[in-house]
Amino acid sequence: MKPPPFGYRAPATVTEALDALAAEPSGKVLAGGQSLIPLLNMRLAAPAELVDINRVAELDTLHVRDEGVRAGALARLARVERSAEAAAVQPLLGQALRHVAHPVIRNRGTVVGSLAHADPAAELPAVLAVLGGTVEAASARGRRTIRAAEFFRGPMEPALEPGELAVSAFFPASPPRTGTAFTETARRHGDYALAGVAAVVTLDEDLRVSAARAGYLGIAATPLVLDLTGAAGPHGDWRAAAAHVRERIDPETDIHAGAGYRRHLTGVLTERAFKSAAAEALRRAGE
Amino acid sequence: MEESFEVGLTVNGTHRTASVPARRLLSDLLRHDLGLTGTHVGCEHGVCGCCTVLLDGDPVRSCLMFAVTAAGHEVTTVEGLADEDGTPSPVQRAFRECHGLQCGFCTPGFLCTVTALLRETPRPTEDQVLEGISGNLCRCTGYQNIVKSVHRAADILAEES
Repeated sequence: MKPPPFGYRAPATVTEALDALAAEPSGKVLAGGQSLIPLLNMRLAAPAELVDINRVAELDTLHVRDEGVRAGALARLARVERSAEAAAVQPLLGQALRHVAHPVIRNRGTVVGSLAHADPAAELPAVLAVLGGTVEAASARGRRTIRAAEFFRGPMEPALEPGELAVSAFFPASPPRTGTAFTETARRHGDYALAGVAAVVTLDEDLRVSAARAGYLGIAATPLVLDLTGAAGPHGDWRAAAAHVRERIDPETDIHAGAGYRRHLTGVLTERAFKSAAAEALRRAGE
Repeated sequence: MEESFEVGLTVNGTHRTASVPARRLLSDLLRHDLGLTGTHVGCEHGVCGCCTVLLDGDPVRSCLMFAVTAAGHEVTTVEGLADEDGTPSPVQRAFRECHGLQCGFCTPGFLCTVTALLRETPRPTEDQVLEGISGNLCRCTGYQNIVKSVHRAADILAEES
């Protein structure tokens, strides 16, 4: 099908974009469009106006610092995926991005757009949540920083107010002796995952597990973060951690998988991801 | 009356213009406004990959982009892959040689995707080929000959470089 009619603005600067959003608060931001345009084509969405930010050059940024990776609102998924600098500072980003749709979609889709879409089955919200990252939002009234824990309010519901534009997202760097891993299971390659997990393990100087955190997608209305440090213990009993996760979660049944299957799968993926993340932490501790 | 926008872009090396509403998809601009019907439209929501074209050299879904957003950019469609004298490109020749197509509906998307894949990864592994074409659906071939075509195209490109 074809999209319904909409008003169209193509600002060249952030200031112009914020003015456009202030003038039409029900306006929808168009960045990569890889989630929004399917919704428009299927007429599941009919915004009065689209504010196309693709010409706002100042949002096409990817800043990698010792503290972390900051992706501007026009940083395409493929660009971040291919950035060796970003992978060195926060490897979980690239590990997760390889699971986002297909390579061709990643050429257009953006990191910030995926976060602002707030699909609970998407990979990047779980990554931002488990890392404790932030989203920077701007409006004609000013700027604010929103923590991941507050950003995802519900399915497809980010904590962005009318007139606000998500201008960047910040993913904190991996601390020393830290390993990460991402794994998910989908019916078909590139489809939305039935369940997925982003695992982060940090070891202390005696190589005991000092922190084990998991971010889950596909099993709750928003990305779910669980602290598994206690469940796994200092020696990393990942089977025990997986058993703990199975008890803690409450997935739903849908046409793709039953709740029981999702619960079982989430345990399996947890164990797999943490084994891999712990091995990576050990390797980095030895460097 | 819906507002029209003047869109100018380079398609297969030629500057083209059209006056279109903001909701005109790039795929429809190419097919309906510019008459380039080589780009096929299958699902129109980004799943099938038939409408894949090259935008500034990178493969993108033309059904998931508005023509107004593409203004000022360079688009290459399947019509622009062959040499100027009409000689099919190495990827096109490989698909013909290896029977990488049957009905041909998905082929323009595969050709654009594979052209870009081999530019970035001239000698892809089997896994890289499968990952590279994972966003393109074919209902005829069972993919075996398409995978063969990609490896054959890599050979031809290496021979001719």
